[in-house]
Amino acid sequence: MSYSSVLGGERYRFETLARLLAAASPERSGDRLAGLAAASERERVAARRALAEVPLARFLTEPVIPYESDDVTRLILDTHDTAAFAPVAGLSVGEFREWLLSERADAAALAALAPGITPEMAAAVSKLMGNADLVAVARKVRVVTAFRSTIGLPGRLATRLQPNHPTDDPAGVAAALLDGLLLGSGDAVIGINPATDSPKAVRDLLELLDGVIRRYAIPTQSCVLSHVTTSVDLMARGAPVDLVFQSIAGTQAANASFGVTLGLLDEAYEAALALERGTVGQNVMYFETGQGSALSADAHHGVDQQTVEARAYAVARRYRPLLVNTVVGFIGPEYLYDGRQILRAALEDHFCGKLLGLPMGLDICYTNHADADDDDIATMLTVLAVAGASFVICTPGGDDIMLNYQSASYHDALYLREVLGLRPAPEFEAWLDSIGLLDERGGIREVSGDGHPLTAIGKELAA
Amino acid sequence: MSDVAVQEGEFVGEAAVGEVAVRAGESLAEAAVRTGDQVDEVGLQTGEFGGETAVPASDLWSALRRRTQARIGLGRAGSALPTRHRLELQAAHAAARDAVHSPFAPDVIAAALPGTPTVRVRSTASDRLTYLQRPDLGRRLDPVDRAHLPTGEWDVVFVVADGLSSRAVHEHAAVVVRETTARLGGWNVAPVVLAEQARVALGDDVAHAMGAAMAVVLIGERPGMSAADSLGAYLTHRPVPGTTTDADRNCLSNIRPPRGLSYERAAAKLATLMARARELGLTGVGLKDDSGHEEELERLL
Repeated sequence: MSYSSVLGGERYRFETLARLLAAASPERSGDRLAGLAAASERERVAARRALAEVPLARFLTEPVIPYESDDVTRLILDTHDTAAFAPVAGLSVGEFREWLLSERADAAALAALAPGITPEMAAAVSKLMGNADLVAVARKVRVVTAFRSTIGLPGRLATRLQPNHPTDDPAGVAAALLDGLLLGSGDAVIGINPATDSPKAVRDLLELLDGVIRRYAIPTQSCVLSHVTTSVDLMARGAPVDLVFQSIAGTQAANASFGVTLGLLDEAYEAALALERGTVGQNVMYFETGQGSALSADAHHGVDQQTVEARAYAVARRYRPLLVNTVVGFIGPEYLYDGRQILRAALEDHFCGKLLGLPMGLDICYTNHADADDDDIATMLTVLAVAGASFVICTPGGDDIMLNYQSASYHDALYLREVLGLRPAPEFEAWLDSIGLLDERGGIREVSGDGHPLTAIGKELAA
Repeated sequence: MSDVAVQEGEFVGEAAVGEVAVRAGESLAEAAVRTGDQVDEVGLQTGEFGGETAVPASDLWSALRRRTQARIGLGRAGSALPTRHRLELQAAHAAARDAVHSPFAPDVIAAALPGTPTVRVRSTASDRLTYLQRPDLGRRLDPVDRAHLPTGEWDVVFVVADGLSSRAVHEHAAVVVRETTARLGGWNVAPVVLAEQARVALGDDVAHAMGAAMAVVLIGERPGMSAADSLGAYLTHRPVPGTTTDADRNCLSNIRPPRGLSYERAAAKLATLMARARELGLTGVGLKDDSGHEEELERLL
């Protein structure tokens, strides 16, 4: 069916729900590239006015991508929890925004609601929300997951320590790993993007990280971000796989472009659970997503990039992941042009993920051809930490020399903890204290020279 | 200008002093070569290795820095980076940003190719902002420019494209064309096409319009923090606009002497790949580089 509204005496018509959602989206280059963006600012507001009137229940009967041709749509509709949906079943999208902002929507109500919300409902309401709304609602949501550390507790912010190296040189990785640990980073995961997906190279890195984690009894988990099939293969051979990683997207075709099916993910999930390597929890999956990936794979089906991104979260939540990371500025200016668009996307992704019950964190980042800089990183980090992000990605000096982009630094995480009073995951915090890295105020003690015991990690490799 | 230069010079000089013992010949020689024209390049050098003053007397970090160019052991100012490292990051980012946004100067390339006919074309991306946001427009020739392209029975056309770093193209492209052409005995080489606001796939459009059997696109790669002048070469046999995909190409990246691939090696590898492509009648995954040196395949533009 079609949707319409009148603005300034002019009637605007939108032929499908997908068209309406696209036209209602805040400006971003990727929707223009796809030919889906509103043609004018007034059309955008007209679309929002029409969207505000759409009943939430409509999203259950008018899928934006057909049920028959897309397994993500089938997953969304087949697992929808009608009972959980009941409290908001009679609301329109505009009324849902007001309900979310009200006191009725507290942590308990939002947690109970999550299985009743579809990605399209979350995306729709986000398009009616300002940046402040997205912060205010997301910070009310609590999603707690655990493996060897606990992620998502109130007043906590975890970090991924990302010690990448362009050739996977073990000494180079260990050097960046040491740097991060001495700056108090790594409680969400110590995660490496390998330069190659060869099983041997991935296993070497896994053994290196596992060795450090065991030797120093660090309450965290490792991950080498290889393809899910590589992880399955390595688990079968007895490699120390803590978390299974995979990039995922919001359509069956986009997932196919990543070489992934739901069946493959099911298999990997079962295999990782069976290893029982977690100590305080058994959330064993780590997913990465990002707006624009479906368009990049020519697999977006005429759905705007933010709505497709939210659909990826339906894939993620099937596997009760430890971490879901939206790599928000990595894809380039043809999808998110500048700091303003990247910030907006970061807030949308974090909000939608949390509303759907996911442990959302962010890689707040930019490439050198985007119109963004380190000031944008600082702004985004501050706003997302206020919004209650579960974790952020951190790199040495904010510069990833393997993936060639800029992200947050270990220092940036110290800044967030200082100004917002945020603390690391409790198990990791206790470990930091036990090795003398916590100061009397709970901050990270500044270590200079090579006197700290952890520097043995580097000394052996440098020798 | 002189005020700024003096300030930067002092700053860099101070940092470089700490390096002498650690990186004796290499970094200083590099710095000396670059000092005259590129102050930011010197800053980049110190940024990669220069943490010594932040962690006094730490042989450990000096040793570890030999194993990675990651910005490790930077020290702290409260929770933040020390001033010097903050400015070094900004210098690296500035070099990258300038490389992306500085205008393409086809005259520079043409002047460096004496005796070689050149043709200038534009893509359908009218300016840099459009180019960055609309990769599809950067892959198509401006229709007027397409109509003016010469046609012929050419074995190969070299397309020099600005891509994401006109600086890389200005510094390296003409030499690579000369060195490669010198190794192509008996090949009928088309006039060199100088393409503005161009992506890799624009070469498909060019080769198709001119009737060339092969396209070699020399293009400025996306600048990183440690290299803003990296040139890529993409080889495509009998490209068809809109049908040819990135899987149908072979790529050499990081052509950037002295720190990256040298002109001679790049030209030798390209000429070898081209000869084998002609023999096999294809490029892409079916054509392997058997020269024994695996080159990193960058993400296609």
